[in-house]
Amino acid sequence: MEFSELIRTGQAQAELLRGPEVPPLRGTLCVTGHHLLLSPGAQATPDLWLLLLRSVDSIEKRVAGDSGTITLRCKDLRVLQLDIEGVEATMDIARSIEALSSLESVITSFPFFYRPKSLRLGDAWHCHPPESYYKRVARETNAWRLSEANEDFNLCPSYPRAVIVPRAVNDDVLARSARFRQGGRFPVLSYYHAPSGTALLRSSQPLTGPQKRRCAEDEELLRAVLAGARPGARGFIVDTRSVQAAKQARMTGGGTESKAAYLGWKRLHRPLERGRPLQESFVRLVEACGDLEQSMDRWLSRLEGCRWLSHVKETLSTACLAQMQPSNGGACILVHGTEGTDSTLLVTSLAQIILDPLSRTMAGFQELIEREWIQAGHPFQLRCAHSAFSHTRPKHEAPTFLLFLDCVWQLSRQFPLSLEFGEGMLLALFDHAYASPFGTFLCNSEKERCLCEVRTRTHSLWSGLNQPKEQRKLRNPLYVPNPSAIWPSVEPQSLRLWQGLFLRWTRPPEPSEVAWEKVWQIVTDQEKAEGSPPTVSASESQP
Amino acid sequence: MEHIRTTKVEQVRLLDRFSTSNKSLTGTLYLTATHLLFIDSHQKETWILHHHIAAVEKLALTTSGCPLVIQCKNFRIVHFVVPRERDCHDVYNSLLQLSKQAKYEDLYAFSYNPKQNESERLRGWQLIDLAEEYKRMGLPNSNWQLSDTNRDYKICETYPRELYVPRIASKPIIVGSSKFRSKGRFPVLSYYHQAKEAAICRCSQPLSGFSARCLEDEHLLQAISKANPVNRYMYVMDTRPRLNAMANRAAGKGYENEDNYSNIRFQFVGIENIHVMRSSLQKLLEVNGTKGLSVNDFYSGLESSGWLRHVKAVMDAAIFLARAIVVESASVLVHCSDGWDRTSQVCSLGSLLLDPYYRTVRGFLVLIEKDWISFGHKFSERCGHLDGDPKEVSPVFTQFLECVWHLTEQFPQAFEFNEAFLLQIHEHIHSCQFGNFIGNCQKEREELKLKEKTYSLWPFLLDNQRQYLNPLYSPRAQTGAALEPNTVSFNFKFWRNMYHQFDRTLHPRQSVLNIIMNMNEQSRQLEKDLQDLECQINKQRENKQTDGVLTKELLNSVRPESPTLKTSLCFKEQTLMPVNDALRTIEGSSPADNRYSPADNRYSPADNRYSEYAEELSKPEPAMVSLEYGVARMTC
Repeated sequence: MEFSELIRTGQAQAELLRGPEVPPLRGTLCVTGHHLLLSPGAQATPDLWLLLLRSVDSIEKRVAGDSGTITLRCKDLRVLQLDIEGVEATMDIARSIEALSSLESVITSFPFFYRPKSLRLGDAWHCHPPESYYKRVARETNAWRLSEANEDFNLCPSYPRAVIVPRAVNDDVLARSARFRQGGRFPVLSYYHAPSGTALLRSSQPLTGPQKRRCAEDEELLRAVLAGARPGARGFIVDTRSVQAAKQARMTGGGTESKAAYLGWKRLHRPLERGRPLQESFVRLVEACGDLEQSMDRWLSRLEGCRWLSHVKETLSTACLAQMQPSNGGACILVHGTEGTDSTLLVTSLAQIILDPLSRTMAGFQELIEREWIQAGHPFQLRCAHSAFSHTRPKHEAPTFLLFLDCVWQLSRQFPLSLEFGEGMLLALFDHAYASPFGTFLCNSEKERCLCEVRTRTHSLWSGLNQPKEQRKLRNPLYVPNPSAIWPSVEPQSLRLWQGLFLRWTRPPEPSEVAWEKVWQIVTDQEKAEGSPPTVSASESQP
Repeated sequence: MEHIRTTKVEQVRLLDRFSTSNKSLTGTLYLTATHLLFIDSHQKETWILHHHIAAVEKLALTTSGCPLVIQCKNFRIVHFVVPRERDCHDVYNSLLQLSKQAKYEDLYAFSYNPKQNESERLRGWQLIDLAEEYKRMGLPNSNWQLSDTNRDYKICETYPRELYVPRIASKPIIVGSSKFRSKGRFPVLSYYHQAKEAAICRCSQPLSGFSARCLEDEHLLQAISKANPVNRYMYVMDTRPRLNAMANRAAGKGYENEDNYSNIRFQFVGIENIHVMRSSLQKLLEVNGTKGLSVNDFYSGLESSGWLRHVKAVMDAAIFLARAIVVESASVLVHCSDGWDRTSQVCSLGSLLLDPYYRTVRGFLVLIEKDWISFGHKFSERCGHLDGDPKEVSPVFTQFLECVWHLTEQFPQAFEFNEAFLLQIHEHIHSCQFGNFIGNCQKEREELKLKEKTYSLWPFLLDNQRQYLNPLYSPRAQTGAALEPNTVSFNFKFWRNMYHQFDRTLHPRQSVLNIIMNMNEQSRQLEKDLQDLECQINKQRENKQTDGVLTKELLNSVRPESPTLKTSLCFKEQTLMPVNDALRTIEGSSPADNRYSPADNRYSPADNRYSEYAEELSKPEPAMVSLEYGVARMTC
């Protein structure tokens, strides 16, 4: 195995500390290609403790006397401490972990080796979100078609093979429009709101440049969108940058749609934080959450200072704005920022959860993430390369997906009965996006996943999550389908810090978990009681 | 009645406090002897009790009319626009008069009649009996006895008649000690922990000045520590910040000198005084009332108000107290300045942590009756029941309720009651609808003849218990062990359901609590049906020998209930438990209000400031809103 040269020492004696609540674990520590193993003696009850090396975010080593201490900060925000016998062993293990946890190659990553007995390779990879979503749209309207213009990823490397576009435009127009949009991300359908007959689209910024270039085909495409919608429908372009930032983008060849060129479309600017500031906000919040001794004032000022909840508020408001128009029989919406792979997806996917009851089901939510994040080309590998603990200067990291999960969590708190999945699902998605034995979140685009043969050589997260044994953890026991849109309140008093994620490892877990267990019990009791009367009536014929 | 200049004003608009759009409800405003009533065009009623009004403000005239802002003690803020200035002026003046009463006899409780007869009312007052409570604690015993020294309120006017003191403390010692304590509030027992044989005692500050001593007081403290057979030393907790206590020395008051008292461990715990608390909450409310509040302003306001810091300080003090008893089996004497504000908070919270009984619905009422009402927390002054000194008003009891709420959040299964129960109690400390919280001490209450002239709140709460129950409560897990809350800063949250009780748009649109309560209720109902059916079948079997024909019809006659239950389950959001209908709120309105009708309640996303573009685009709110916090108007 090619990892062997990176593993400096086979094993060592160590003690593992996992926070104040859990008793320490002693045993033999062992580094393998993808895992850190701790095997307690034969007599111990838990036979093996295992950590995916990929989930190590930062590592800190300290030696004193003839033993050493390694502190591992994980991408799921856990902090672990290993006390190891022997200075040499400590250094070797630390160096091995460092090397192995930061391997960049995708095809040597663990998902390519993970072969659980309960799953079959290729399961759950059969879903093709754009195609299946198109079937849904086609039942409602004839105005859209499924285009395979991007079959070879030539038009746009970050789009999937098939995209949904207005029926009135042909593939040549798409190709021209793609050349006019950054990264080739021409406007495509994200969500069709059947009741109002309007649509939500997404793209990247137009390449107007300082000369304010225009592209007739791009304009034609957007005209066709309005023509295909409800008669008289207006269009809104939601730019997720400030007016200033959009103007500045012209200097580097980008820009935004000019009013004159796109008749019927009105532009709105809703600046959302992205990139490094967002990552820094995340890092500062996690830092604040790790300090158990701070005074109330310090805590509140850090919570304010990190601005995370402001980002949550801004994101939710923008999503509400973006979907408010279609739901009011008003207008078509095109959302874009710069590249159209981050805040754009954040807005369009949240809008769908608020509007579309189907996307609030377990299956629908998985489909939404597959379609609006993974297939839509959110660069997971770049964005989630490091989490909040990394010491390396962030390059492309940004917790955009986490921000999305947080917003969904806020929705789930305000509408606790309307989502079929529970907090457990959101936590699982966060964990797997940053480090996972499954292949779902690998790579940055569909094109890369095809090159790496992710579909055929790794397991899909969805097949892992959809196993019956996982359901109790992931589902919301109180779910009742709710056909209406769920408008959240975005007042600061209504938003809460997501303690279940940010304080998952620092707060003692029991009371809330016990309560959750009790909720399940009440629900099952109630269902049982519900089911019972018929059995009695069945026995009616017996005597 | 003579204050009411106009009883009815039409075409009044009610503005939403958190809406940026100028949407409003138009309706008619009525002024009654006890309530302000607004009925909007959808026949939805909003009732505001005059006693709940904290402030009325008339703003500058606008083109659409004269704005009238009413702030309530239950944190409701209503903003009316009255078309004619003249009317507005009349309503304003009437409310100013009506909301501030000069005499106790003018309070609502003295005219409120819930249609109970005399014996029912008397039974209501006897429902909670503190003598019983001391018996439950295991008193009197070989170390503690009932003292009759204050039987006629001779030693201390603000204490109850019945007080428990160490058996070895003689009357002269008690009398001597009381003279050395502010307002005569000498050390007495508040709670006795049977298993640890340790006691929580309470008093006011000693009149020690810079050097004064009192041998009787020293003896009394010694008697308290001797009454604990396990541990010889006792803690004396001064709940004030050290600086405040030192300053008091200049005024001839102060704190215990450890050199003069043997076997005491003296400790300051640093809870701020009523004035600091009042202005802290004031600041918090100012921040929250802001329209278009940003997340950053909210948190910096939360920080600068210091409210959560104060809540944490109270909680930390109670934890210190509980630990001293659980871990060291030591008795603790708690005092502040006069021993009726911070002392009540700390003693009652400490008992709540120690004894699971106080975490039940009934036990919590007993706790309030004991540590707050009987020991003379000045409810009338702190809540501003009468037109009095505004400097005496302070949210001390509200803060106590908030501490309890934080505990319920941290221990979701430890409390038999839910948040609605706390909100309801809070409502009534200000409502003056019942006699319980009127007056400042027991002596005053007796003089007012409250038990003869007014009704007690407790039976009403207990009768409606079902809606105050916590469905997650598990009594079995509660035996013995004291609660050990974690007071790390992030465990303290802003209590939205208290301070924004009436700002409907800020709350979750679906309530888990209601659903679980409904489910519990339904499974209970279904189980009962099941039993009934089984019963029927067994009967049928017996009958069958004689007459086999009836079986089917009889079964059918029982069955029809089930389908209705089934449908009600499908529409969980809309249907609330029947008990909720029976009990309506001051916010008032017909039961139909609970079922939020999407047709007449157009909820605009613009309320949340999604955008200024959304003015005309409103949308029906999702069909479920189940916020029924508020006050019961009971049956009036």
